[in-house]
Amino acid sequence: MSDVNPVPPDGGDILLQVENLVKYFPVKGTAFFQQREYVHAVDDVSFTVRRGETFGIVGETGCGKSTLGRSIARLHDITAGRIVFDGRDISKISQRRMRPLRREIQMIFQDPIGSLNPRRRVGSIIGDPFAIHRTATGTERKRRVQELMERVGLNPEHYNRFPAEFSGGQRQRIGVARALAFQPKLVICDEPVSALDVSIQAQVINLLADLQKEFGLTYIFIAHDLSVVRHVSNNVAVMYLGKMTEIAPADDLFDTPRHPYTGALLSAVPLPDPDHSDERQQIVLVGDVPSPIAPPSGCRFHPRCPKAAPVCVTQDPKLEPRLGDGPGHTAACHLPMAQGENLADFKPSIGAEERVIEPEGVLAADALPDASGNGTGDGSTVALPASGEGGKS
Amino acid sequence: MSMVPEVTGGGSQATLEAAAEPIPVGRKIIQGRSPWRLAWERLRTDRAAIISTATIAVIILLALLAPLIAHWLGHGPNQQFVDIGEDENGNPIGPNGTFWFGTDSSARDLFVRTIYGARISLSIGVLATLVSIAIGTVFGLAAGYLGGVADALIARFIDVVLAVPFLVIAISVASIWRPSFWLVIFVVGVLGFSYPARIVRGQVISLKEKEFVQSARALGAGPLRIMFVDLLPNVVALVIVYGSLLIPAAIVAEATLSFLGVGVQPPTADWGAMISDAQGYYQYGYWWYLLFPSLALLITTLAFNILGDSVRDALDPRGGGIYK
Repeated sequence: MSDVNPVPPDGGDILLQVENLVKYFPVKGTAFFQQREYVHAVDDVSFTVRRGETFGIVGETGCGKSTLGRSIARLHDITAGRIVFDGRDISKISQRRMRPLRREIQMIFQDPIGSLNPRRRVGSIIGDPFAIHRTATGTERKRRVQELMERVGLNPEHYNRFPAEFSGGQRQRIGVARALAFQPKLVICDEPVSALDVSIQAQVINLLADLQKEFGLTYIFIAHDLSVVRHVSNNVAVMYLGKMTEIAPADDLFDTPRHPYTGALLSAVPLPDPDHSDERQQIVLVGDVPSPIAPPSGCRFHPRCPKAAPVCVTQDPKLEPRLGDGPGHTAACHLPMAQGENLADFKPSIGAEERVIEPEGVLAADALPDASGNGTGDGSTVALPASGEGGKS
Repeated sequence: MSMVPEVTGGGSQATLEAAAEPIPVGRKIIQGRSPWRLAWERLRTDRAAIISTATIAVIILLALLAPLIAHWLGHGPNQQFVDIGEDENGNPIGPNGTFWFGTDSSARDLFVRTIYGARISLSIGVLATLVSIAIGTVFGLAAGYLGGVADALIARFIDVVLAVPFLVIAISVASIWRPSFWLVIFVVGVLGFSYPARIVRGQVISLKEKEFVQSARALGAGPLRIMFVDLLPNVVALVIVYGSLLIPAAIVAEATLSFLGVGVQPPTADWGAMISDAQGYYQYGYWWYLLFPSLALLITTLAFNILGDSVRDALDPRGGGIYK
């Protein structure tokens, strides 16, 4: 949204380039000779982030967006692929050699309680970057910490308090202050406002936007809340089961979604006006997200996609411009949506065995006839609000 | 679902503006209290804690003032009163105005020896516990945070130490080197590290998944800094609780070693050795010889145990923290 971010979507040079990033986690507890299984948390993801922009990443819980963020910050060792940050390949360097680079890549975490050490005072938490990189000590460190506290809207007199003495929004400001101590080039915000009250969300987002303007920061903004992402991002990537399904400038993505998954996500965003919200048709996806241990073949969305065709089962669609879009708008879909297309009009043309089968007995829809409240037929319906509740912690 | 203001309309922009006004600061209504202060306040109102602390304070005072008391009574701890401290057969005499706790088989003042024994018990109890928790905390932090090979090695080593009977090791070590005050501290301290190590390790394994550890890594902190700056403050409460329960265990272990003759050597006054000496006498009516050193040991360990329980309740009000 350009009213927040001054940098146009394709202005600025490339700060971060991620190429075919793969991150698998081994699953423990398998028998000795059994083949080892892996959670395909991030599978072959590529994108670029330009200097000064905000790159949003949305997706449901468990789609791999946090793993992606942490992999870029090299909190995980990656399985395969390349991460080029500011001209340097950081995909293989050791944790020890990564340390000086951490001044340039910072993270803001989701949990305002868990991300602050409960047994340490706020002044020493915010002073950590200076202590770790030995750039300021004693009164100089205290002065700089208090400057940071003031900058993010905290009372510098609260230097000696414990994190538990602050509210959720204030704690997130502490996290922001700590991340900004060195004015990093890239800040990875891992759901920075998801755990906050709505009014506090706006405050923290405005703070992040102000700081971006002031210091020329680049953000990767991970969230499951579409309206927040639209508000802050220049470009948005949608993730599903470890893959990126669509990348586009924020407004393009929201106006002309190409991937049916994006379409379904957008239809789940509640509208503030109840009259409008009644008019709109929500697309309700069938079934649950498949297991990332054994993801579906071809397009990973095909078992739930209303437009699924045989080609979706056999071929993994490439992430490329579809239906005459510009190079900035790419979608990984064989059968992209045209503008104004209604997903509810489609029936999949693949065999029923390829569709998601509801686990028997477990919360089957016919056992709970009124559970969904709207009874759209079609057996069990699991609405797909990747949106989450924006709820309180 | 989110109710973050829709940004397409102009009105919602105003909402954002309004929400961004500065947070009012400076009004102090609620005084913030640190976790330690809260624990201290809980401890202060716990009657068992007060009584046990008072008991321990008296014991410590007696131990500290032992030379003064001995001087005032005119009875040295190793002084033999062949004339007045023995009956005609050379056996101990019972409590009286001169010898409050009676005398022992060498005609020494049992009261003076008992308060001198407190010096040994308390100092070995505390020092051995410090050794245990220092080693245990470092090993536990390393095993829990580093994981992998380091964890496997340390965890197996702990298993081995726990599997071999304490006394077998202690007696072997004491027979290789000459038994002494420092050797007892070494043996009791080193062999006691496994319990705090296990507990710290478990706590660290659950803590290291917390985001504050991830954020420390993201800031560029190395493993040593994360272990000792970020994780250590979070296990200190646990270590204090466990340490306060280890003190009585160390006192008993020390008394056991002395009882078996591989602890602090005579003629140093020591409760374990005194109980051991009394073995050949109490059956024949010399009850005070056994009673007073045993009572001293019992009261001391009981007081430390009760205080340890209270400390645990104060630091971890959910209860049962360390036994989970």
